[in-house]
Amino acid sequence: MNTLLKVDGVHTHIKQYHILQGISFEAIEGQVSVLLGRNGAGKTTTLKTILGLTPASQGRITFRDIDITKKPTHGIANTGIGYVPEDQGIFASLTVEENMKVAMRKEDEATLAKREYILDLFPDLKTFWKKDGGLLSGGQKQMLAMARAFVGNSKLLLIDEPSKGLAPIVIEKVMEAILDMKKHTTIVLVEQNFIMASRIGDTYTLIDNGETVQSGLMQELIHDEQVKRKYLGIG
Amino acid sequence: MELLTNLTINGLATGMLIFLLAAGLTLIFGLMDVLNFAHGGLFAWGAYSSVWFYALTDSFVLAILGAILTGVILGFITEKLIIKPVYGNHVQQILITLGFMLVLTEMLKVVFGPNQIAVRTPENLVGSWEIGDVIIIKYRVFIIIVGFLVFGIFQYILKKTKIGLIVRAGVLNKEMVQTLGINIKNVFLYVFIAGASLAAIGGALFAPYSGVIYAEMGMEYAILGFIVVVIGGMGSFPGSLLAAILVGLVGSYMAYYVPSLSLAVNMIIMAIVLIFRPQGLFRAKG
Ligand SMILES: Nc1ncnc2c1ncn2[C@@H]1O[C@H](COP(=O)(O)OP(=O)(O)O)[C@@H](O)[C@H]1O
Ligand SMILES: [Mg+2]
Repeated sequence: MNTLLKVDGVHTHIKQYHILQGISFEAIEGQVSVLLGRNGAGKTTTLKTILGLTPASQGRITFRDIDITKKPTHGIANTGIGYVPEDQGIFASLTVEENMKVAMRKEDEATLAKREYILDLFPDLKTFWKKDGGLLSGGQKQMLAMARAFVGNSKLLLIDEPSKGLAPIVIEKVMEAILDMKKHTTIVLVEQNFIMASRIGDTYTLIDNGETVQSGLMQELIHDEQVKRKYLGIG
Repeated sequence: MELLTNLTINGLATGMLIFLLAAGLTLIFGLMDVLNFAHGGLFAWGAYSSVWFYALTDSFVLAILGAILTGVILGFITEKLIIKPVYGNHVQQILITLGFMLVLTEMLKVVFGPNQIAVRTPENLVGSWEIGDVIIIKYRVFIIIVGFLVFGIFQYILKKTKIGLIVRAGVLNKEMVQTLGINIKNVFLYVFIAGASLAAIGGALFAPYSGVIYAEMGMEYAILGFIVVVIGGMGSFPGSLLAAILVGLVGSYMAYYVPSLSLAVNMIIMAIVLIFRPQGLFRAKG
């Protein structure tokens, strides 16, 4: 059980606002760690802070034993972290192929093999290979965002609410894909859909008002009706 | 027929010069979100340095290369010292680049003297062709060809190379590009230098075209450059070409047929475009 990412007592300020006020959790290699919490709890900001987009004002973030707290975003990405933002961040007027290409640092055999693998997982992307990213459906954009983060040679993927706004049948596909990708990479997943979160998460971290409330095994949370009601409004 | 051909060629040539100025402005705005009011200064420096290199080497090719070199050096210095500290702040950008524009203009006077300088057309480009009754001035055709050539080269870089792809992606979403491991600050610097070089080429071509250069010329043409960027669509390279040709042609026809309107016409075109297509003719972002 190797700790790949360690977030330790992190605070983040955006302008004058004190958004994160003590976030701590770990991502274990080969697992899916889920961040849970109400709207506005600070889940997205946590991912952005890991990536240096909204840098931490306090605390420490280590990835593969490297302190990345103060590194610039591109440097953090290059240590092996891929990002799938909430709005997917597709380059609308670039083709699917070009969207993937921006992320590919090299075009060596290993990277091309990764691309082959991920395109087999999302055959739609192959179909629309020469089509502009902006013309894809919501589900296809989600797939492209995940595929793009994956080919960037990432050891860790940060995925923000991949099920948001998608039809149930598409959610099913995305979920299957994440479970498959898990064989190749570690994942930190923000997910409001508890059914999805509980099916693919190994561990969870509960965030409320910018603070970590508790962490543990997903199996345990599934049966903890009290916590689910209090922090997630379900159960 | 003769008149119309001449007005058209003249308009196209002017359009190409404005394009070379606007191309850098639009890339710098589109990618870096920077309003660079010092851009005209690089155009003027390109003109002066090409005249200086031409006097030194007697070769117009070397004169243009000399202008490009000047553009690269000044572009590098400008980005590092003037632009970098004010990323993300439009008001500061306007103030500091306007100030730097004045510095560039005054420096020209210090280095090359305060008076305007007469410029001759390079020997092998002097003269004209006669086709029937139509007389076509060689140098204007030369400008048009170089303009399209530069457009082609840059379009190739933007569409077919990895750095071009990164620039296009950066125009659409800077944050995302960084999370894909790309140091956007380096990309900014390259784009700024490329834009400065384009302006310098424009200045170098402008000198023999107008026959005279003066320190304030940068300011005058930069305004046309900005108008073209707005008409073409901020951040759109092909949009700039199209808008520049439009402004060049309309300006040329108006100067002959309705001279009283020739100054106002650019503003009128811009207003019409802004009313019907606020994002400009071409849309780069979104
Ligand atoms: N750029 C910003 N400026 C001000 N407040 C922000 C900004 N970004 C996020 N916030 C605030 O931070 C809190 C956490 O937001 P976020 O991390 O997006 O929550 P979540 O992803 O859990 O829904 C919210 O209250 C939100 O309004
Ligand atoms: Mg969120």
